[in-house]
Amino acid sequence: MKAPLLAALGFAIAAMAQATMALAATWDETLDKARGQTVYFNAWGGDERTNSFLTWADQEMQARYGVHVQQVKLSDTGEAVARVLAEKTAGQTKDGSGDLIWINGANFLSMKEKGLLYGPFVADLPNARYLDLTPGSAAATDFTIPTDGYEAPWRLAKFVLTVDSAREPNPPRSMVALAGWAAAHPGRFTHPTAANFMGATFLKQALVELAPDPRALALPPTDASYAAQTAPLWAWYDALRPNLWRKGTAFPENESALQKMLNDGEVDFAMAFDPAAAAAAVEKGLLPPTVRSYGMAGGSLGNMSFVAIPFDAAHREGAMVLANFLLDPATQAHAQDLRVLGAASVLDPAKLSPAEAAPFAALPSSPALPTAAELGATLPEPHPDWMVRLAADWAKRTAP
Amino acid sequence: MARPGPALVRAALGVGLILPFAAAAAITLAASFGLLPALGGQAFGLDPWVRLLDQPGLARSVGVTLLAGLLGTALALGLAFGLVFALRGREGRLARLLPPFLATPHAALAIGLAFLIAPSGWIGRALSPWATGWLTPPDWPVPQDGAGLSLALGLAVKELPFLALMMLAALPRLPVVRHLAEGATLGYGAAHAWAGLVAPELYRLVRLPVYATLAFSLSVVDMALILGPTLPPTLPVAAARWLMAPDLALYLPGLAAATLCAGLVALGFLVWWLAERVAAALLRAWLMRGQRAKGSGRVLGFAAAGAGVALALATLSLAALAVWTLAWGWRFPDAWPERLTLQGWQSAGREGIWGLAARTAALGVAASLLSVLCAIAWLEAGTRAGREGPGRIEGAVWLPLLLPQVALMFGLQVIAARAGLAGAAGAVLWGHVLYAFPYALLALAGPWRRLDPRLLQAGATLGAGPWRRLLTLRLPLLRGPLLAAAALALSVSVALYVPTLFLGAGRIATLTTEAVALASGADRRLGATYALLQAALPLLAFALAALLSRKEGA
Repeated sequence: MKAPLLAALGFAIAAMAQATMALAATWDETLDKARGQTVYFNAWGGDERTNSFLTWADQEMQARYGVHVQQVKLSDTGEAVARVLAEKTAGQTKDGSGDLIWINGANFLSMKEKGLLYGPFVADLPNARYLDLTPGSAAATDFTIPTDGYEAPWRLAKFVLTVDSAREPNPPRSMVALAGWAAAHPGRFTHPTAANFMGATFLKQALVELAPDPRALALPPTDASYAAQTAPLWAWYDALRPNLWRKGTAFPENESALQKMLNDGEVDFAMAFDPAAAAAAVEKGLLPPTVRSYGMAGGSLGNMSFVAIPFDAAHREGAMVLANFLLDPATQAHAQDLRVLGAASVLDPAKLSPAEAAPFAALPSSPALPTAAELGATLPEPHPDWMVRLAADWAKRTAP
Repeated sequence: MARPGPALVRAALGVGLILPFAAAAAITLAASFGLLPALGGQAFGLDPWVRLLDQPGLARSVGVTLLAGLLGTALALGLAFGLVFALRGREGRLARLLPPFLATPHAALAIGLAFLIAPSGWIGRALSPWATGWLTPPDWPVPQDGAGLSLALGLAVKELPFLALMMLAALPRLPVVRHLAEGATLGYGAAHAWAGLVAPELYRLVRLPVYATLAFSLSVVDMALILGPTLPPTLPVAAARWLMAPDLALYLPGLAAATLCAGLVALGFLVWWLAERVAAALLRAWLMRGQRAKGSGRVLGFAAAGAGVALALATLSLAALAVWTLAWGWRFPDAWPERLTLQGWQSAGREGIWGLAARTAALGVAASLLSVLCAIAWLEAGTRAGREGPGRIEGAVWLPLLLPQVALMFGLQVIAARAGLAGAAGAVLWGHVLYAFPYALLALAGPWRRLDPRLLQAGATLGAGPWRRLLTLRLPLLRGPLLAAAALALSVSVALYVPTLFLGAGRIATLTTEAVALASGADRRLGATYALLQAALPLLAFALAALLSRKEGA
């Protein structure tokens, strides 16, 4: 019995070695084809630090691979989705206008379902070896949806509230406490519209805290489970809403508009999906030095941001080289630098060599940033259909 | 003798510059009835419309869009009348005063105005806490109020200079002095005679620009995003948003909403047309009674003062942008930033703002030259065909100004993709010429047709052929209007947001696309830097045009 097993094992090892060699060969081909290409990277353009990071990535990519990276600054990722769809409508199957999209959750799910993505490609990236891609892991799951190799992670995000500590030194650390605070300070808190990713995330954070059975959120909602799990959420929201800015009849467009309102003194809180965002704004004089970011006591939602390639991308090879570059340990360490992005690495630390891990240890820290204790635990995202239904439900409930 | 040449030129220009709008409107219309192959919805059906009617707040969206559009246009028109009346006899000065305001892009103006009028804005900061007692700004719904009043104000401020300039252009065609003299012999004051005799005729001459203003106000996206209501937003904003929604199922109601935007413009026209009838009847009744009322003087004075306030708001909006580009740590209730810094300009420089400005300018200059050339070709073809007036086809030139951009973009995108131009600089340039051409023609047609024909006849008698007459007589004589038309076309090109974004597939970045993208960002300083530079380009063009045409006079 042992001999066939050993033989099978040997065969498997040989096959793996062959696969590795094949990978190396095809990757060299990819690099060859990519040289001289311009990669149009569709990425939200509202964050100057991200834009600067991508400018740096362009310089590195040109120097190393001869690939030019052009960021297409979106005000909403939906723009890129709409564009790919219009191209498909026109019967276009190649030479599409976008090569790589910074994408997440619902956008990914709808593009994947409509056949608008190229892939699977992640396994072809040499740097994928640094990722924990076991099924269900954060790097292989986007809002509970298996990525199936159709998108590669590039940065880590986590929900935080930002408060002006000069106005409120003891901010609420749960959604229930927040509603109490708003009742005591009417008009001084609000959240972005739930049509926006950040606003919907705020509602999801409340859902995760208030749902009778949070485990039900990992599955797509049924009418019954949706009604049962969201009932406490809407009761909480109905109590909160009259105490919001403009009595909950208007909402800022996104978290950036909310941050401006915090600086203007219109409200006392902002929120972000990036724990370093407020610290960066202080550095630039866009928020007062007294602001503090923190997570919820019971844990905060967190997820990975991904990049995906449209099915009709004109520069697919260049896009793959860029996706691979973003996963390079040196790139990830640069991105984690507070002075650059402050975005936590998506790599599995256990898979890094000591030399590859060293730059992470050498990064500077800042008192303006939340400590691990202030950030709290990371809670998993619900299935994306929850967010879609929450946003639609919210729109109906807040419609005049 | 029949001359096929000029007719062919006009036909070619019509096919290249007007037909695409009709085709784009048809494609969007078809898609809104389910004829959209990529989504698997190839069957004719009412599904998009059923889903649109399902959207919460739709009725209110429609209502607030109509209200803000009609109110903004009516305000702009009333203020323009007041301004033109108050500065009568000084038309030349007014004509020099207005172009900078006309040139200011909508997005830049809206960004500045929003900061100005918010309770936490510049006016509030200047008055707090000493005059208002506010330590934190009050929770007032300004801007982005639910009734769309802030949007109406923004539209009035933006459209006032356009309508006033159109009136100034039309004024020489009216016997104003005779009207006022007639009024005086009947014992009427200047205001009464102007309001009763001049204003109605002047209105008749600027009717088309007024309807274009109304169409624009009912379909604007960038201004409504910044100043308009949010819950629900105006219909064009909702349509644009659904067309960009993460949930592709919203694409269908988005297409229906885009088509509905066109219907809303038609409805707005109907309402305005009815209001015209009512106003005409009231005016007749007022004139018949022959009362020597002082009311007209007071109303015109009030309108003139309002126009002054509007122009002051526009000026302060740009000033607010300028201060913000240098601000470090500017919070309520400080009337002035903590300190001034060049950080905003430096980080904009690192992001390549100067290269972007150069590219935006190059695109604007190319679009301006092409659209002025097309306008010359159009007019010269008319002249050679022996046509004196504008003719019937020229009305079609107004099509792009009367149709909502949102309703056209999906169709234009499909056309550009079919032509293999999607995302290419050529597609954007084509789109910019499409929108700049009508303005260039508009600015040039009047002076072209007013040019004394005896000059050209004299040239012909001396043996100059049509080309020689065009190049050595007509164009040099029209140097001023040509420069003004070029500056106007450039300012239109620089201000275009939606066409640049859609036809450039987001690849062709301009100061405008970046300014609007940054308006949704947290960094008001950086956003102001892009917006200020966006406003500076057309201002520079107008200054240059004014300088060069003055040289001609010297």
